[in-house]
Amino acid sequence: MTIQFTLNHKKVSAEISPDTVLYDLVRSLGCASVKCGCETSNCGLCTVFLDDVPVLSCSVLAARADGRCVTTLEGLQQEAAEFGAFIADQGAEQCGFCNPGFIMNALALFRQNPDPGEDEIKEYLAGNLCRCSGYEGQLRGIQNFLAWKKQKEVAQ
Amino acid sequence: MMTIREYKKTESLEEAYQLNQKKANRIIGGMLWLKMEKINVGTAIDLSGLGLDTIEETEQEFRIGAMVTLRMLEQHPGFHAYTNGAAREAVRHIVGVQFRNLATVGGSVYGRFGFSDVLTLLLAMQTDVELYKGGIVPLAEFVKMPYDRDILVRIIVHKEKAAFCYRSVRPTKTDFPALTCCAARTEDGQYRFAVGARPMPAVLVCPTCAVQDMPAAVQQAVTTGSNIRGSAAYRRHLTGVLVKRCIEQLEQ
Repeated sequence: MTIQFTLNHKKVSAEISPDTVLYDLVRSLGCASVKCGCETSNCGLCTVFLDDVPVLSCSVLAARADGRCVTTLEGLQQEAAEFGAFIADQGAEQCGFCNPGFIMNALALFRQNPDPGEDEIKEYLAGNLCRCSGYEGQLRGIQNFLAWKKQKEVAQ
Repeated sequence: MMTIREYKKTESLEEAYQLNQKKANRIIGGMLWLKMEKINVGTAIDLSGLGLDTIEETEQEFRIGAMVTLRMLEQHPGFHAYTNGAAREAVRHIVGVQFRNLATVGGSVYGRFGFSDVLTLLLAMQTDVELYKGGIVPLAEFVKMPYDRDILVRIIVHKEKAAFCYRSVRPTKTDFPALTCCAARTEDGQYRFAVGARPMPAVLVCPTCAVQDMPAAVQQAVTTGSNIRGSAAYRRHLTGVLVKRCIEQLEQ
């Protein structure tokens, strides 16, 4: 079957099988940031935006993307660059394997709630597993990023 | 691993119903549990084009479409206010935001899963299930019905003058619960308790004894079992604890 959708702001047409999952489709179209971690809908590594809502691409049929907008980290370069660089500078990551999914979901959080508290951050990112940082570095990195951004806005 | 031979985004409930009469075909909701099965699906029947992804609020009821996601249920201001935050408390521990943006209320209720937080929440309220052919059935009855090939269209929560409280215990955050409990306290001081993750599907208990005797009465009325998340004895103990905690909050 053929589907048409918008991938990272560009119209795309793709030939898929009925059981192709979105994760496989976007990888085949060159979006290597989307990775498959658990394949049991638990780790958050395969997070993409479907119509601007974060979802697990390992659990969405590609057929369901027909006529919709899919955004991966490749399509959020500008928005992600500032946050990604800050997080790296803070040493908030270790191996970095979970980073694409973590950054995608953190950006979804900032869009929905530009000034989240500690509990709100923890709750929103509960679906992004990290096996090496223990989450403390990530939490501290996000809080520092938000504080820095606030300062920057005040200065402007 | 799940394989699918054909995919059909249906244009009417009748079309979906006819397709669903074949044993090999399956209706897909959020597909999160279905994809964990080793199953060969003939036709995957997608209801996402039928407008069942809305929550309508009237003066008498909430009409929750089968394709409403758990995240929509969690964030609906009217439902949040009506349930005193119990709806949010019931679903916010389920994996993560990305998961809840996919999982559907219809899938959670139709599955009648033993681990379901959503089923426990809705069972404590005056909830009906609207089936395409079977009509409107009280949720308490639907939970006991055998699986058939009908289609769950929407959930109807009738408003009543009551307060609600939801509590659960999980071995680790975002895991399946070891026990869930939702309590409803009506205006005249009557209580209803839905106890789930026993690990069998949730049951409803309406004790008529004095409030201080209710934890023991519910404990007595609910059958618990053992699995990897807890023994039957542990769950029996938790039943009393969660009922007591719900009462403490609702009596304040």
